[in-house]
Amino acid sequence: MKWHRINALLIRHLYLYKRSFPRIMDIIYWPVMELLVWGFLSLYIDKLGIGGFNAVTVLLGAVIFWDFLNQSQKSVSISFLEEIWEKNLLNIFVTPLRISEFFVSTLLVGLVRLILVGIILATLSFLMYRFNLFELGFALIPFVLNLFLFGWALGLFANAIILRFGTSAQILAWGFLILVQPFSAVFYPVSALPSFLQGIAYLIPSTYVFEGMREVFATGTISSAHLWGAALANLIYLILMTTFFFRMFAYVKREGKLLKLEG
Amino acid sequence: MAPIIEVTHLVKEFGSVRAVDDLSFRVEEGTITGLLGPNGAGKTTTIQMLLDLITPTSGTIRILGKEYRSAREYILANLNFSSPYVSLPGNLKVHENLLTFGRLYGVLNLREQIDRLADFFEIREFMKKLTYNLSTGQLTRLNLTKALLNNPKLLLLDEPTASLDPDIADRTRQLLKRIQKERGVTILYTSHNMEEVEEICDKVIFIQRGRLKDEGTPEELVKKYGREDLNDVFLHIARNQTV
Repeated sequence: MKWHRINALLIRHLYLYKRSFPRIMDIIYWPVMELLVWGFLSLYIDKLGIGGFNAVTVLLGAVIFWDFLNQSQKSVSISFLEEIWEKNLLNIFVTPLRISEFFVSTLLVGLVRLILVGIILATLSFLMYRFNLFELGFALIPFVLNLFLFGWALGLFANAIILRFGTSAQILAWGFLILVQPFSAVFYPVSALPSFLQGIAYLIPSTYVFEGMREVFATGTISSAHLWGAALANLIYLILMTTFFFRMFAYVKREGKLLKLEG
Repeated sequence: MAPIIEVTHLVKEFGSVRAVDDLSFRVEEGTITGLLGPNGAGKTTTIQMLLDLITPTSGTIRILGKEYRSAREYILANLNFSSPYVSLPGNLKVHENLLTFGRLYGVLNLREQIDRLADFFEIREFMKKLTYNLSTGQLTRLNLTKALLNNPKLLLLDEPTASLDPDIADRTRQLLKRIQKERGVTILYTSHNMEEVEEICDKVIFIQRGRLKDEGTPEELVKKYGREDLNDVFLHIARNQTV
């Protein structure tokens, strides 16, 4: 793997962020609007005094974490789609660039987006709702890292499907994560799910993160079972999704469909 | 002369369709070689296999004496491609595109290299423009600038003068001849403009239905088929007539 090629694509995507209103919206507008809606709802629930829990902490923590996952998945998928929309796949794949370098660059784009969104949301939630994300302490790092890796694995899966079925499948870049949300116990504990869905929930790495986050806010301690559960599930997903993507890439090269993706 | 490209018994099947059928040819170092054939002859599939964008069903491709399976990075670092049908990202400025591709190729002293090529192709005046605002002629010059960023030993050009007006097309041909002469670049060239091929190619390879139909210098082929020019030879071969 060569850093100069990873860097080239990272900078190529950052050039776009300088002047692209939709991209800025994706980092600022949508996450902030979501934070406002959930923030006010949390304040309202707290006022009602129902549930015996701190709604601001639980719900805003979940919203911010969910957005981390969202940014990570989208950065992989949108960076890939960007090359398809701009008919640039041929140009980049006739350079010595490796597909693995391409994905490391999208990972770094995701990291930049995640840091920016993290700063914006953490600051706003503290100023508006007195919610301090850093109360999670050390646990914040493995939690965010696991969400980031799971988002990357989902992005690889969406890209593999786009490779196989073409741009008609690009809706997955935006919609796939929504499929995961109900089963990942984002805003409610796994125990709130019907028992037959609880097993499915524990197959999803982000479930362990959201359960762990609620545990830290409730008890101040971090369960190693949640951290290991997330890491192990992520490892399995990353292996499976990477293998799936490379198989699909070999398939489109064999079938001569790589450039047909560009329409 | 050593072959820069050596294609041996190349086959590509898409399901029951054999797009390239036992194709073998060589492209010698320092030459401009035309890869010709009617639509559907298998030129694009062959070019894409030469660029490692399509995996061959069987046969071998050796570029610079090496095969993709063991030397992909080396081959692609010494090769480049340009086509008017493949544009650079329109939402990047011209200089951003050149910097991106220069970095992808790991070009040393990149800014100096871009400056040199910007003068050579006279693109300096629109370096700060967004690529989608360029005219067709400007895009062609930008594509050629990108194609020379890594000082390639082999250049694959797909109809480089298509959709250009006669003046710009002529200037592009002169530029290509200059590049080949000054830099010793080997060029594999596809075009449907036989006059142009006759003017700049040292050798032509005719393929039809995925197979090698004939090869030689334009003069040799004109003489062999007893026609007036290469255009007549093309028509003769495309209509599947024999010598």
